[in-house]
Amino acid sequence: MTIVYDDLGDEATEQVPTRRIAFTINGRKKIAEVEPRLLLAHLIRRGLGLTGTHMGCDTTNCGACTVLVDGRPVKSCTMLAVQVDGRAVATVESLAGPSELHPLQEGFRAEHGLQCGFCTPGMMMAASALLAENPSPTEDEVRWALSGNLCRCTGYQNIVKSVLWAAEKLRSASAG
Amino acid sequence: MSQALDEVKIGGLGASRKRVEDERFIRGRGNYTDDITLPGMLHMEILRSPVAHARIRSIDVSRAWEIPGVRLVLTGEMLASRNLAWMPTLSYDTQAVLATDKVRFQGQEVACVIADDPYIAKDACEAIEVDYEQLPVIVNPAQAVAPDAPVIRDDKENQPDNVIFTWEVGDRAGTDRAFEQADVISRLRLHYPRSHPSPIECCGSIADFNRATSKLTVYMTTQAPHIIRAAVAMVAELPEHMIRIVSPDIGGGFGNKVPVYPGYVCSILASILLERPVKWIEDKSGNLISTGFARDMYLDGEMALRRDGKILGVRIHADSDHGAFFSDAQPSKFKIGLLHSTFACYDVPAAHLTARGTYSNKAPGGVAYRCSFRVTEAMFFQERMIQAAATDLGMDQAAFRRMNFVPDDAFPHRTPFGFLLDSGQYAKCLDVGLKAIGYDDFRARQEEARQRGRLLGLGISTMTEPLGAGNSREFDILGIKMFDSAELKVHMTGKAILRTGAKTQGQGHETTWAQIVAHELGIPADDVVVEEGDTDTAPFGMGTYASRSTPVAGAAVAMVSRKIRAKARKLAAHLLEVSEEDVEWELGRFYVRSAPDRGVTIQECALAAYSNMPDGMEPGLENTAYYDPPNLTWPFAVYIVTVEVDPETGVWDVTNMVAVDDCGVRINPMIVEGQIMGGLTEAYAMANMQFITFDAEGNCIGSNYMDYLLPSAWETPGFELHSEVVTPSPHHPIGAKGIGECAAVGGPAAFVNAVLDAISHLGVRNIDMPLLPDRVWEAITYRRDVSGAPPVRSDD
Ligand code: FES
Ligand code: FES
Repeated sequence: MTIVYDDLGDEATEQVPTRRIAFTINGRKKIAEVEPRLLLAHLIRRGLGLTGTHMGCDTTNCGACTVLVDGRPVKSCTMLAVQVDGRAVATVESLAGPSELHPLQEGFRAEHGLQCGFCTPGMMMAASALLAENPSPTEDEVRWALSGNLCRCTGYQNIVKSVLWAAEKLRSASAG
Repeated sequence: MSQALDEVKIGGLGASRKRVEDERFIRGRGNYTDDITLPGMLHMEILRSPVAHARIRSIDVSRAWEIPGVRLVLTGEMLASRNLAWMPTLSYDTQAVLATDKVRFQGQEVACVIADDPYIAKDACEAIEVDYEQLPVIVNPAQAVAPDAPVIRDDKENQPDNVIFTWEVGDRAGTDRAFEQADVISRLRLHYPRSHPSPIECCGSIADFNRATSKLTVYMTTQAPHIIRAAVAMVAELPEHMIRIVSPDIGGGFGNKVPVYPGYVCSILASILLERPVKWIEDKSGNLISTGFARDMYLDGEMALRRDGKILGVRIHADSDHGAFFSDAQPSKFKIGLLHSTFACYDVPAAHLTARGTYSNKAPGGVAYRCSFRVTEAMFFQERMIQAAATDLGMDQAAFRRMNFVPDDAFPHRTPFGFLLDSGQYAKCLDVGLKAIGYDDFRARQEEARQRGRLLGLGISTMTEPLGAGNSREFDILGIKMFDSAELKVHMTGKAILRTGAKTQGQGHETTWAQIVAHELGIPADDVVVEEGDTDTAPFGMGTYASRSTPVAGAAVAMVSRKIRAKARKLAAHLLEVSEEDVEWELGRFYVRSAPDRGVTIQECALAAYSNMPDGMEPGLENTAYYDPPNLTWPFAVYIVTVEVDPETGVWDVTNMVAVDDCGVRINPMIVEGQIMGGLTEAYAMANMQFITFDAEGNCIGSNYMDYLLPSAWETPGFELHSEVVTPSPHHPIGAKGIGECAAVGGPAAFVNAVLDAISHLGVRNIDMPLLPDRVWEAITYRRDVSGAPPVRSDD
């Protein structure tokens, strides 16, 4: 697939160097021509139109832009798009299945783990990486795993509960 | 046969209903301003001043124009030619849109570039060359009023100095008499540091001017869309009916998204000039250094006391630093906000408050950051002063408060500054808190720990916040009275749409407003959709800030539901073939008084409004209510914190935190608790780490999240919440008082009082917030108070 960018003007198109990258986004293969300086977050939001990945600070501090690259949580405002060449990217849009929500999504809703919702996609992606590695985290482990993600609304207590709720549900699903 | 409904089951008052808005947010399907893309959209970036005070010798934009993809470069000079270089603020001052003569703070908007792509716009901003001639810089009120101070606002006529206003309230002579009679006089001086609301989402706008229809649509991050529409009409001189402001999902506001910012204005102007949609999305440092700050107030007060602990009088002076432009977002009549709500929960016979506002070379703003217009400073000073006074008297902190509280039987109570408190049970809240924290044996534990070299402290804070500005007699912004509105349309199948003039930013209006409708009409909350933020469809309202929503818009929701019910009653009488007087109401159903089995549901009435109305009745079941509150609502809270301070490092840890909130009737307890926990976290942040300061050159320290510290899940302590005490507001239609800000208002003093309690035996009376480890260490080591006022010292 080709990604169409905003019109850069005729002259500009010739001047701007681009590189071709091939990558996977939420399980689908893509090819893109990108400026080498393009941030991964902008490729996701503007190039792919996946606006669930938010940008809060663009300085690697808030974690709103967290996505998974080859399963590891990454702040996509701090990675260049060209760096995902040959790799797999997963965003919040990949969490829910066709008919049901991911336990993390259910957990955030059940435990009132969000208010304005701006930090939520990043929180859930960071939490999904934690739960993939550690299915039975303690409260402290959850807090530590989310310490790169800022929330201004909730005070975190309910976010931690939401993640523990999801961990429990995932465990009972795999036990069942 | 229909029967009265179970209110909690239909999602009415008191139900911890899961939030409606979460459905889209958890899927990443929210619709925030930056998520909107319009065909042909261009992108705008702002060039900001690197210096705090300088004359602009020249601006050279020629290299910016040469960059391919650049469509427009705007400077102050170009705006001046259209009479748009300055705009009015919400406080009857003016603010530069783009600088012309001088820059007056670091980060001020100097030029902007509109280009095909945001990266190109940024490149072009860097290609603009500005020649600055630096001027002396002012970063605090003392410098502002010094005899040789440079005049910052030399653009204004009749502005010979840097004083913006002086203001006073209370009884000067009566207060003087109280001080003459005092056995003990306690004094306290402190600085409430400059803070930034800092929602995670920054500000932004997409202006879309359509030449064909002459209509301007602006999608933007605003907490008050209707006020913005009026402001845009004034600034851009466009007819108001040709302006549509849409506030989509907002990633947190906390007061930051109330004012009008130059970025919004420039994007609008650019769209009009280019006839293309123009998007401006601010970056984090732009947000932190240029948009609405809060606090930055120096408070100096004294309290007259009788030996037995009775407060006789209070005197306070406030110096507030407003930055380069007076653009506070607050009611016109109250120059220093509602600072005079201080000591409202205590029975203080005489009080007098003076205030002076000054300009400085710092960003403008003075927004109500999670508080009802300067109430945070009011409550912080109150509770720090109370602790100092109790210490001076050698009295127990809790007993001193209890003896001076306004007693339960004294409501309504008139404060010495003229407020009328509606209701409360203050001592009861305190008792619940003391019991929960284990107050009885704390002093023994503290003493025992001290013997072993450990520093434990306990801090109490109480607060009562005047919410729901306002009544229209006293409260207006730019002359527009502060009421609010709700419009309810019940469709023929009994489903409904509700719109209000408020605007949710995470508070959950889409969930809770429907609960009020369910409570009033028995229509299940799931059958009511709530819409806000579009000025073309929402009824006029003043927006959401200062905890206004539940006290004012929430009341309007109840009132419009009652109007609907009144009409439904007529329809019911018609359907039941009895007279209206013979019809009784129970939740969701009208019935015949003498034959309760004969009834009709609200849904049946709705159908009749469109299909079977009585002769002469207007069809339809729709209405609008405008609510002008008779008084403010007064929630009350007690926050108690215990800490342990490390004497070696000055680091302090919260060991326990108890919150007792009496906010009247709780619409959705789950959401109320979420609001309290969020507020407590901001309180902790302000006490512990979060502040913006400046060096002597006016450089902003705190211009990104590496310097402006917000607590993460790792630092944030746990909170224990109590909801045992409920005192409904006697004048609010459903008895609610508002809760969104209480904890952020009352919380900071609890943390600070706790740390000072741990070290007060060393002779330390005050450390200014935030209580950074180095400040606490300095206080412990040198046994002295520590000031936090800017400029930062060179060793900081
Ligand atoms: S936007 Fe990437 S960390 Fe904040
Ligand atoms: S829910 Fe608003 S920032 Fe987390």
